Amino acid sequence: MGLSGKAAIVGFAEYQHERKYVGERKFYTEQWAELTALACADAGLLPDQIDGLVCSDIREAGMFVPATIAEYLGKPVNFAERVDLGGATAVGMVWRAAAAIELGICDVVVCALPGLPIPSNPIPQPVNEARYFQSSSASWGSPQAEFEIPYGNLAQNCGYAMIAQRYGAEYGYDPVAMAKLVVDQRSNGAKNPNAAFYNKPVTIDDVLNSKLIADPLRMLEIVMPVAGGGALILANEEVAKQCNHRPVRVAGFGEHLTIKTPTYAQDMVRTPVGPASAQAFAMAGFGAGDMDMAQIYDCYTITVLLTLEDAGFCGKGEGMAYLRDNDLTINGALPINTHGGQLSMGQAGGSGGMTQVVEAARQIMGRADDRQLAKHDLSYVSGTGGVMSEQSALILRGA
Amino acid sequence: MSSSFTKPVPTPTPVTQPFWDGLNAGQVRLQQCNPCGRWIHYPRNRCPSCLSADIDWHDVDGIGEVYTFTVTEQPTAPHFSDEVPQKLAVVELPQGVRLTTTLVNVAVSDIRVGMAVKPYFDALDADTTLLRYEPV
Ligand SMILES: [Zn+2]
Repeated sequence: MGLSGKAAIVGFAEYQHERKYVGERKFYTEQWAELTALACADAGLLPDQIDGLVCSDIREAGMFVPATIAEYLGKPVNFAERVDLGGATAVGMVWRAAAAIELGICDVVVCALPGLPIPSNPIPQPVNEARYFQSSSASWGSPQAEFEIPYGNLAQNCGYAMIAQRYGAEYGYDPVAMAKLVVDQRSNGAKNPNAAFYNKPVTIDDVLNSKLIADPLRMLEIVMPVAGGGALILANEEVAKQCNHRPVRVAGFGEHLTIKTPTYAQDMVRTPVGPASAQAFAMAGFGAGDMDMAQIYDCYTITVLLTLEDAGFCGKGEGMAYLRDNDLTINGALPINTHGGQLSMGQAGGSGGMTQVVEAARQIMGRADDRQLAKHDLSYVSGTGGVMSEQSALILRGA
Repeated sequence: MSSSFTKPVPTPTPVTQPFWDGLNAGQVRLQQCNPCGRWIHYPRNRCPSCLSADIDWHDVDGIGEVYTFTVTEQPTAPHFSDEVPQKLAVVELPQGVRLTTTLVNVAVSDIRVGMAVKPYFDALDADTTLLRYEPV
């Protein structure tokens, strides 16, 4: 089943992630053009070699988004996809691009997720109060509009907090273990000049003393909104040989969706990344123990804990001990989020998951500078969208 | 601190109307699928197990237990700034369904996963009653 592993990531681009962005504001179409140019140059490809694109939402169009982008870039494509998987989007983009390349319908595919602020509209816009409900749908007829939003169960924080609380009731909760995860990731992130928290490590006490947002989640366990964004170029085997860097093959993938609101999850603490990861490992012919690194989607600490368990890096209920007993930094046996994760990078709109894929590619290509791992052939990557409602996994390998 | 934002309230649909009518009358109503026996919440036009449309409404006592909860120190949206700390909970009923609610008449420090809770019918106005929960 699945991919043969011949399609590869051959180049990438990543904006520096910043909490207080003072640079030029750009529309998403403009960021698409800029990121595509940068990623092509990185790979050593000519823009006219692009014949496929995978996008998500853009700020300038609600419909016909791929065509809008193809037109803006001036690049006719044989393959265009719009992926709507929240934080699982970047991973979902990569396997769709790889599948299209393996099918032979295109040779070079660009995937981009912009996340810089757009210019201020000179025409004042009416305030839409529903925008505060974020990813929860307030449209009439939406189950969330009727059964969640009126009770205040909306957006992300409270859903993840309730998952964490349930986990604690079933298996026990150790705030110090969760704080150590943040400390180890921020230690990695301190070495990453693209991270919003570059050179800003934290201590266990910093985490435990940070503001309680939704019990048990504290401020430093939650991603910080920032400006950023990134892009990837994937190519077939022949093109990849001509590129500048070691090809990063897409060896396996999985994707699994269950619910929109965790209230209705069959089991709140056994998450969709389990079946997604099992498929990815089986397709690639590797197990969790074979990985040189794990780039795990980290919107919250609880997301990483549940992914470690459900993807099989440790047993169910053993995650807290795993976090306590293992060095999770670039010096450990299995480094987690070598770029510092989104807890260090910050989360730039819908592009957060792109940081995990870009970092896996950067490490496998051997381009991670101060945080380069000595062994860098195999990476697990996960994506998480919604409130643990849609998750995806990749196995990436050096050629 | 009061909120200047309009509180979001449910707007029933033809399919969900009996649920809200029940709450307005002080009654919890759940759907059950006749062919497969599955209880259903939130209300749907088809059973989420067998996709049958052969579904009936039944009155239930609504007593259940807290499956999980969180207490917010930051409002989940500015519309709820007057409710902080919000005592958000998921309640599981013996019929096997779960519903989202907020807890009332309970101290934050007394909330536990597994605690028994019963319906508290919070009539916002003549048309809208929310199903909140309080300790049994
Ligand atoms: Zn049924």
